[in-house]
Amino acid sequence: MAVALEKTAPLAGVRQVRRRTVVAAILVAWLVLFVIFRGRQTLALAAADLTDLHRWFNDVNDSIGANRNSNPLFLYFFNEIRLVIDTLVTFVQELISQPSADRPVPQVGWLGVVGIAGYVSWAVGNWRVALLAVAGFTFMGLQGLWQESMDTLALILCAVFVALLFAIPIGVWAGLSDRVNRIVTPFLDFMQTMPTFVYLAPLTLFFLIGGASATIATAIYAAPPAIRITAHAIRSVPGTTVEAADSLGATRRQALLKVLLPMSKRTVVMGINQSIMAALAMVTIAALIDAPGLGKTVVQALQSLDVGTAFNAGLAIVVMAIVLDRVTTAASTREEAARRSGGRFLSWRRPLLAAGGVVTVVLVYMSHTYVWAAEFPGEGGIGTSIASAADTATTWAQDNLSGLTNAFRDGITNGLLNPFQSLLTDSPWWLVAAVLITLGAVLGGWRAGVTAAVCVGLLVGTGVWSDAMTTMASTLVATVLVMVLGVAMGVWMGRSLLVDRVLRPTLDAAQVMPPFVYLVPFLALFGATRFTAIVAAIVYAAPVAIKIIADGVRAVPETTVEAATSAGCNTWQTITKVQLPMARSALTLATNQGLIYVLSMVVVGGLVGAGALGYDVVAGFSQGQLYGKGLAAGLAIVLLGVMFDRITQAAARRTSA
Amino acid sequence: MARQARQWRTGAAGIAGVAVLGLTLTACGGAKVGDSSSEAGGSGSSGKCATFNLAVNPWVGYEANAAVLAYVAENDLGCKVVQKDLKEEIAWQGFGTGEVDAVVENWGHDDLKKKYITDQKTAVDAGPTGNEGLIGWYVPPWLAKEHPDITDWNNLNKYAAEFKTSESGGKGQLLDGDPSFVTNDESLVKNLKLDFKVVYAGSETALIQAFRKAEKNKEWMIGYFYEPQWFMSEVPLVKVKLPEYKEGCDADEEKIACDYPVYKLDKIVSKKFSESGSPAYDLVKNFTWTNDDQNTVAKYIAVDKMDPEAAAKKWVDANRDKVEAWIK
Repeated sequence: MAVALEKTAPLAGVRQVRRRTVVAAILVAWLVLFVIFRGRQTLALAAADLTDLHRWFNDVNDSIGANRNSNPLFLYFFNEIRLVIDTLVTFVQELISQPSADRPVPQVGWLGVVGIAGYVSWAVGNWRVALLAVAGFTFMGLQGLWQESMDTLALILCAVFVALLFAIPIGVWAGLSDRVNRIVTPFLDFMQTMPTFVYLAPLTLFFLIGGASATIATAIYAAPPAIRITAHAIRSVPGTTVEAADSLGATRRQALLKVLLPMSKRTVVMGINQSIMAALAMVTIAALIDAPGLGKTVVQALQSLDVGTAFNAGLAIVVMAIVLDRVTTAASTREEAARRSGGRFLSWRRPLLAAGGVVTVVLVYMSHTYVWAAEFPGEGGIGTSIASAADTATTWAQDNLSGLTNAFRDGITNGLLNPFQSLLTDSPWWLVAAVLITLGAVLGGWRAGVTAAVCVGLLVGTGVWSDAMTTMASTLVATVLVMVLGVAMGVWMGRSLLVDRVLRPTLDAAQVMPPFVYLVPFLALFGATRFTAIVAAIVYAAPVAIKIIADGVRAVPETTVEAATSAGCNTWQTITKVQLPMARSALTLATNQGLIYVLSMVVVGGLVGAGALGYDVVAGFSQGQLYGKGLAAGLAIVLLGVMFDRITQAAARRTSA
Repeated sequence: MARQARQWRTGAAGIAGVAVLGLTLTACGGAKVGDSSSEAGGSGSSGKCATFNLAVNPWVGYEANAAVLAYVAENDLGCKVVQKDLKEEIAWQGFGTGEVDAVVENWGHDDLKKKYITDQKTAVDAGPTGNEGLIGWYVPPWLAKEHPDITDWNNLNKYAAEFKTSESGGKGQLLDGDPSFVTNDESLVKNLKLDFKVVYAGSETALIQAFRKAEKNKEWMIGYFYEPQWFMSEVPLVKVKLPEYKEGCDADEEKIACDYPVYKLDKIVSKKFSESGSPAYDLVKNFTWTNDDQNTVAKYIAVDKMDPEAAAKKWVDANRDKVEAWIK
């Protein structure tokens, strides 16, 4: 492999030019054939039509439901799992959120929870994040959402706990063995890109309505990042270190416990961080199967289009996300930070920790005993002000921005989206298939070509080809816009630390705010259109792309930038000729992640007028006879995701080679 | 050594300080959990009514039914009511698993009835709610006022060009909403030879927002809607007349060319619940009210932003006679 790379290196420049010509030729050929064959063999399927595969999915689903009470698999397997998880959830809920046994309030009241949050944050992180945690939790109480927040926290804690129980061992195993890694990866792709709506209904069939189903649904989505990052962490321990341990006579077990795990601890904690963020993204979806908490407040408020109340609850989710994110990030870097700050502090640490522990215990005791410390005081006046401010802002935007936004929407839709979509949906399926496969092969090598061929074949098999092409058009347009925004903002943030500091919390908020909260105003601005769905996808996906590009730009050595400046480059030249080309791998990673994040918003898009696959999934969730079609549409989304991911990754590897 | 001792001393001082602080706080602690009379809980008359698991489907009209039923079951019958927020399909599924006792506003759903009442025999019909559900095509009031003839489907083609949007591919746009509801709109458009395209908004939220915007900015818009619905009290949409519904005209889905039937909304309960002898079952079975009643409670919840329980109390207090008839 290494030899092959060396050989191609000098040819890379020539190759790149040739590759570009080939891609252009493919596109021209596509256009010509499109004009000839337009409208033939497009595999279109009307909204209510089903294929045999869809009916078969329906039958399987029905027979599971009908045999639920007699099947031993249910009686002795799923029911037992449900029981264990239900017990766990109920325990945590009675501890912090729900009235338990003979008490009208949970065992630990607000003062105790705030105390624990502050103490734990300080113990695993530093005093700054401890202050943040105390402020954040208190803020949720002031919003009038204490119990809802604690319900959400209980669910997140349980789900992440369950997820990590499986994720860390699997991640370690996948980190140690290439074969396991290869087997696990497609499953992880599946878990992350399969829309939750598809398995939400069957999940309640398996685990009934209640805490267990909500926890499992959340855990399914939260586990993959932890598995991936753990595996990555184990893999990136330097080989020489492991060899040194080997040569000192360490057994496999010792090498794992004493060398690999401690050395990868920092990255594994980042995996836990990502796992928590993923769990928080599920809060509103879990509310659809009766999971208590902030998600329910959002969903209910939106039934009567009460944006203010929904925003208030969404803000609480954002605050919780930021607190948990900063605390776990601080935890992952604590030892390093402590070492840097010198030993002086370390000697103080133990007595301070003990003292803090005593304070926390006192606070917990008081919150268990006294009403004022158990129930958050006040009426949540801040929440009401936030809600009415959000309402005012929404109304203002709707009244004043409407004309501007319509022109923008029509420009993008008619100029970019419609032509592209009609090229994809009106071409015969075999033509699009051929284009996708050859593009995959040219850009990513024969392996990517084979993956594309398999995915395209399966896509045809799902019976929702035409819808998949519509979704693909919107997805690609959204990704292009994400990248435009990503490069502009990313460069800006990468070049100025101040801008980074100011913008980063906003980006975090955009990622965890439940989409519907901002979609209601967007609906008022852009109507129920594909464009609204694209905007939703951009809001969700752009922060990731921006962050990756900003980090990439910042990673360009300062000396290089200085050299460019002293050579007489102006700012524009420095950016376009030095910083962006040198951050190329960050750009491809941002494209890859941007695409995957855009795809994960397809279902939300279906709720605001995108139609196609997103709508199919939503309809499958709502109507029994469309269940099979919804499942097929979900599979199609997974297939699109896998195809794009493999092609972009392979292409990235080639360009960086 | 000395350093260590000093350390220990500061540590101890810290702990002592904290303990003092704790004691002080404890001394002026205030009311204790469990010894106040604030938690009256369980009004005593629990009787034989055990837990009543009431599904709450996600629309405000349903929420109104559920709120009133829950209020009466709790306060008059002494039941412990557990309200579960669920989509229809999942709520029906809950009949079989014993997680749901009652669904109290059902719109047709012949497929679910066949699956759970006829085939699996886990659910039974508990009679109509008294509400009549209308489904159809609606236009915002300003449009009906300015072009009165638009409320007849025969004239729709005349205006088709006005309904064009970025989504409708050159034809007029007919906006459909939440896929939970039965829709024959694609067949209707085809069989009535209308120059329209059905565009799927995908959710009730999107649909309501579209109507609200159309009325406010005087935009052309026609879409699928239904009543009773709280939004009607904000913007009274006007129904478009489609060819009249006749028994059986919707038998073949492909050939439908008539209006939607008037749905007698009904209640569905789990078989187990119907045989349990719980007074809550009798309450559900006897419960009926009018569209106006539901609209009143729905308006309290959606427009006046009242808590569902408070909304229910307000209505029950004003309509004691109706409630008495349910629990006799």
